[in-house]
Amino acid sequence: MILIGERINGMFTIVKEAIAKKDKKVIQGLAEKQAKAGATYLDVNVGTAAADQEDAMKWLVETIQETCSTPLSLDSQKPVVIAAGLKVVNAENGVILNSTPLNRKTDEEIMDKYIEMANQAGPKASIIALTMDKNGVPQDIDTRVAIAAEIVSKAMEKDFDPQRLFIDPIILPVKVPDAQVQPGNILTAMDQIHLLAEPAPHMTIGLSNLSQGAKERSLINRIFLAMAISRGLDSAIVDVLDQDLMNVVATAEMLMNKQIYSDSFLKVY
Amino acid sequence: MPVPEITDSFTGSVNRVTLGATKEDGGTRTLTITIGGARNVVYGGSAEDASEKPVIAMDVLDSKPSDWPETLAEPYEDVMDSPGDWAKKCVEQFGADLICLIFEGIHPDKDDNDAAHAVKVTQEVLKAVGVPLILWGCGNDEKDNQVMPKVSGAAKGEKCLIGTITEDNYKSLTAIALADGHYLISEAPIDINIAKQVNILASDMGFPLERIVTFQSTGALGYGIEYAYSIQERQRLAALTGDKMMAMPAICDVGYESWRAKEAKLADAPGWGEAADRGPMWEATTAICLLQAGVDIIRMRHPRAVTTTKNFINQIW
Repeated sequence: MILIGERINGMFTIVKEAIAKKDKKVIQGLAEKQAKAGATYLDVNVGTAAADQEDAMKWLVETIQETCSTPLSLDSQKPVVIAAGLKVVNAENGVILNSTPLNRKTDEEIMDKYIEMANQAGPKASIIALTMDKNGVPQDIDTRVAIAAEIVSKAMEKDFDPQRLFIDPIILPVKVPDAQVQPGNILTAMDQIHLLAEPAPHMTIGLSNLSQGAKERSLINRIFLAMAISRGLDSAIVDVLDQDLMNVVATAEMLMNKQIYSDSFLKVY
Repeated sequence: MPVPEITDSFTGSVNRVTLGATKEDGGTRTLTITIGGARNVVYGGSAEDASEKPVIAMDVLDSKPSDWPETLAEPYEDVMDSPGDWAKKCVEQFGADLICLIFEGIHPDKDDNDAAHAVKVTQEVLKAVGVPLILWGCGNDEKDNQVMPKVSGAAKGEKCLIGTITEDNYKSLTAIALADGHYLISEAPIDINIAKQVNILASDMGFPLERIVTFQSTGALGYGIEYAYSIQERQRLAALTGDKMMAMPAICDVGYESWRAKEAKLADAPGWGEAADRGPMWEATTAICLLQAGVDIIRMRHPRAVTTTKNFINQIW
């Protein structure tokens, strides 16, 4: 499982304050804890509060890399912020550009730009592409899969290895009126996205979003993660410090025969 | 839609392990042996993906074996009483890449030799040959725990491969191998789940995974080779898909297992062909079969089987 640690995000007060005060210790501490807990990548999101987002992204990347060699996932909806991170990132062991929609009303070519940026960053740079286009986030299964198919064929057209592509079917909070059909829809969509390329493109989700505002958040996250792993999910942006959640990942992967069983199977992460 | 190149899709690789310490490295070996590194299955991917060539470790016993069939004993008749000379002959005449010194004679049911004997033999063999050594216990946990730490100490700093640790008996050997700078062999009884567990147990004691070689147990041709083959294959695939607990190079014990087969050792079987050919052929066939599943070190006994197997390796890798 490719686990992307979610904790370095400006929406958390502690990170927001660290960015404002340029307090390296807080950021480096979070990086080290998540790396130790088994994060494959560390997500880096400056949040919306930073005065200069490009500058904050650069500072975060440099600060983390001073003490931690885990590859990074540069997380922003603004290409310029990701580009700022790419200027200073060490992409030798990989970097993820997180994330692009298929296209936008204001920018039809946005995914092409991400592919170009990833190619410039190096052969191990990957992209998270959202199943979302200029019409927004689709509510039905078929449109989700159709957008994913367009994403995969665009990558192939551009000679971008599908193995460097993560498709994010966008999980929305379950506690929203009429949204309860969505988790099931996403699982069905995953079955089909899995078949779009051989080998299958990676699939990832921003898991915590699912339980936004709900009771029993950790339980909801854990159960959905296990269900999604059974449908071929091989990556997720998660709280790797949640030990119960990590145990679910280890167990689900073992039950899907993706990890060889051993009596200490929980220790793989 | 173009057909993707699936041979490039593996993300992991087998660990690369270098055995033996030369003078510059604080030991007395004249050469080192590097194994592993494969980034694909055997025959899969490019030539570079195959990485290091598999190597052959020839067995030398700490005391003269009484149960070796004549065909097998014949090439060693002049050296069986002296492990040093025996090892020398294997390296200089038969082309052994490594020597596997087996302390069968310390077993309470065999010669019950003591630690002083084992240490003396270790020193003799270290002196006689310059290749890296494998030091292999007798399989009796209690006796191995008494003797192998002393053997390890006698070869301290030589970066030997020492074994074996098992799920039920790993603590003392793991600790001593760590202290003496050796590499470990983790053993499992043709059981991939236990194999992984032993590696995790050693790793929990602070032993680096990069210094472990796995022994899954071996079955000879006609005696369970298909189980050995599929478990080696599964280990290789686990390594290639990024399972760090299974990314070690592998060793097989082909010599001992092949010569247990009646087809190899029975002299009086007129319908089966010459005994002098049968045994070496049985051993070589077992070795060549297992090499194709993805094995890095093969333990062997008969010089003719070694020649045949080396010839195969040199043509394929």
